[in-house]
Amino acid sequence: MPHMTMVQAIQNAQDIAMERDEKVVVFGEDVGYFGGVFRCTAGLQRKYGKTRCFDTPISELGIVGAAVGMAAYGLRPCVEIQFADYMYPAYDQIVSEAARLRYRSAGQFTCPLVIRMPTGGGIFGGQTHSQSPEALFTHVAGLKTVVPSNPADAKGLLIAAIEDPDPVIFLEPKRLYNGPFDGHHERPITPWKNHQLGEVAEGFYALPLGQAAIRREGAALTVLAYGTMVYVALSAAEETGIDAEVIDLRTLVPLDLDTVAASVRKTGRCVVVHEATRTSGFGAELAALVQRHCFYSLEAPVRRVTGWDTPYPHAQEWDYFPGPERVARAFREVLEAE
Amino acid sequence: MPERAPLSLQVPEPEWRPGDTPDYSHVNFPPAGSVDRPPVDANPRDIRDLAYTIIRVLNREGQAVGPWAGTPTDDELLTGLRHMMTLRAFDARMLQAQRQGKTSFYMQHLGEEAISCAFRTALSPGDMNFPTYRQAGLLIAGGYPIKDMMCQVYSNEGDPLKGRQLPVMYSSRKDGFFSISGNLGTQYIQAVGWAMASAISNDTKIAAAWIGDGSTAENDFHAALVFASTYKAPVVLNIVNNQWAISTFQGIARGGSGTFASRGHGFGIPSLRVDGNDYLAVRGVASWAIERARRNLGPTLVEYVTYRVGGHSTSDDPSAYRLKTESDAWPLGDPILRLKAHLIVGGVWSEERHKQAEAEVRDTVIAAQREAEALGTLHSGGHPSARDMFEDVYATMPPHLIRQRHDAGI
Repeated sequence: MPHMTMVQAIQNAQDIAMERDEKVVVFGEDVGYFGGVFRCTAGLQRKYGKTRCFDTPISELGIVGAAVGMAAYGLRPCVEIQFADYMYPAYDQIVSEAARLRYRSAGQFTCPLVIRMPTGGGIFGGQTHSQSPEALFTHVAGLKTVVPSNPADAKGLLIAAIEDPDPVIFLEPKRLYNGPFDGHHERPITPWKNHQLGEVAEGFYALPLGQAAIRREGAALTVLAYGTMVYVALSAAEETGIDAEVIDLRTLVPLDLDTVAASVRKTGRCVVVHEATRTSGFGAELAALVQRHCFYSLEAPVRRVTGWDTPYPHAQEWDYFPGPERVARAFREVLEAE
Repeated sequence: MPERAPLSLQVPEPEWRPGDTPDYSHVNFPPAGSVDRPPVDANPRDIRDLAYTIIRVLNREGQAVGPWAGTPTDDELLTGLRHMMTLRAFDARMLQAQRQGKTSFYMQHLGEEAISCAFRTALSPGDMNFPTYRQAGLLIAGGYPIKDMMCQVYSNEGDPLKGRQLPVMYSSRKDGFFSISGNLGTQYIQAVGWAMASAISNDTKIAAAWIGDGSTAENDFHAALVFASTYKAPVVLNIVNNQWAISTFQGIARGGSGTFASRGHGFGIPSLRVDGNDYLAVRGVASWAIERARRNLGPTLVEYVTYRVGGHSTSDDPSAYRLKTESDAWPLGDPILRLKAHLIVGGVWSEERHKQAEAEVRDTVIAAQREAEALGTLHSGGHPSARDMFEDVYATMPPHLIRQRHDAGI
């Protein structure tokens, strides 16, 4: 199988979706001729023409609002918000419109729409290029939220998202675009070509939304993670020698609760890891679900490792980022708890 | 340092408030028939004056004059009159039903009936409106059953929207009526997107966007104009200027621009201003704008100058902020009376027939209301099932909703 970066896998997924279905259109800021600031739409305009892949004015509201209208018409827009941090002007169109259209029209109008956006930090992007706003989407009825952690998943999940009959928020951890990242920022970058999940099958395949993947089987504790934090958790397990079971959620809504609950019932201990701020983060939902569904198996309180409740700082990036040491500390705490 | 005078903030005020006497004598309402009708492919730069005038067809004597009059048949106009009368009677009954506690909320069209009723007749099957809550004439003039509208208003077991939406937030895809949001302005950019999709698909359908004067201040309006302008989307961008945004006069949203229509100029969009209480003028301008869209000439912005005679909604009492006599003083008159006068002048209508038609319309509406109420009202009789609450959130119900429905015991 060929190796791809996550960027190439995402480009390839859109290419295949556009090839298979002429209703798929791709647009956003710098997305057309140039192919996107991260190159995720490179070559699509040349291949499919300007009416199926095009540049837009700098208006996230306009991009998503127009896409809602296109989806209602019957197209399948897959739009890019250049950074998740820029999403807020479009939020009303996402929350009040895309997410509710099927419901409020009793199914007369639907909104098969994918909104891609790079998320997360680790690139010295400061407070406007580093945020992880997934909880702002998981809180909204009618949306699905996907966070892939590797090229093979990114391709299959994006194709599934484009084919999904409902709006899907597709958050791409930008620190993973060119290689897995375990939080050891001082070490050289590992490219995807050296990683098994950088092997991406050619042609069409879709991965169902709502299925988690177990990245490391273990007996001591369960780690619930997604995106970049999957690698941080794997690294913490490696470095501590603690036999952690690392679950990559892949889709936050709908959530694969069966896989999560089965694992926690087995290990009796759970650490939830995300890069986003802590208070009302998706980790709170995970902790509540684990408590509700696995209470009699738990040997220790569920522990969260997250970004701090501050804006994402620039110079202090690595003090903010929940790296392997903070995750390792949480591992030890849940193991020591009586 | 030179001495500098202190700055002061300027907050616009309407010309009169309760206690004053309304006086429109200084406002220029051009006579009917006085505005030229350019070809639909005219250069936008050459027709900028259309954004500052008022296109009118029906004169004081009830005659249709000038280049915008078109050639409607008597039957078409009689049907148009009946549409407007039906909408007015429908509003009266639903307003009363709300007062009787049969529903939670209602919004009427009083004074604005011509705009949606006339516009609808210029569209073709398959075209899509993205309306606000004050364009129910699009449904009535399109032949949508008023009983179904009432079921929606009552959220009863016949409600096509299964009780999920506030009263008057109708939706009917097959009738070219997009689901009304309730959040203001969001539909404007969606209409542009829908129109772009039609063009991308090499279809022949066009879209019509609707917004009120107040909501033109929303970001969605500006995004819509940018996108419509950039991609020359086949869309008619309608602004219904009924002078009032709840209690806020139109000058607060309009700001320093002369008219709402003139907002289109910065985007190179042909922009027209029309007498919204003149059924024929609305029809003429709608046809012109729709033809432009259909011929792939791009968007048109249309401002309908009208007056909201009633309150904003049943939750609003306008006497607290505007003169009760203001609507009587409104110089553009009543759309139903004006079309009625025109038909009488033309010899195809009379006071007697009008009275008779009023009775017929009322009977039709009351009969529909009886049928609708047999299916329940908001607080009594049949209503949508609680199970419906969990349907249509997604195409396929995800596990967490199945669990919650189970928890709810329904």
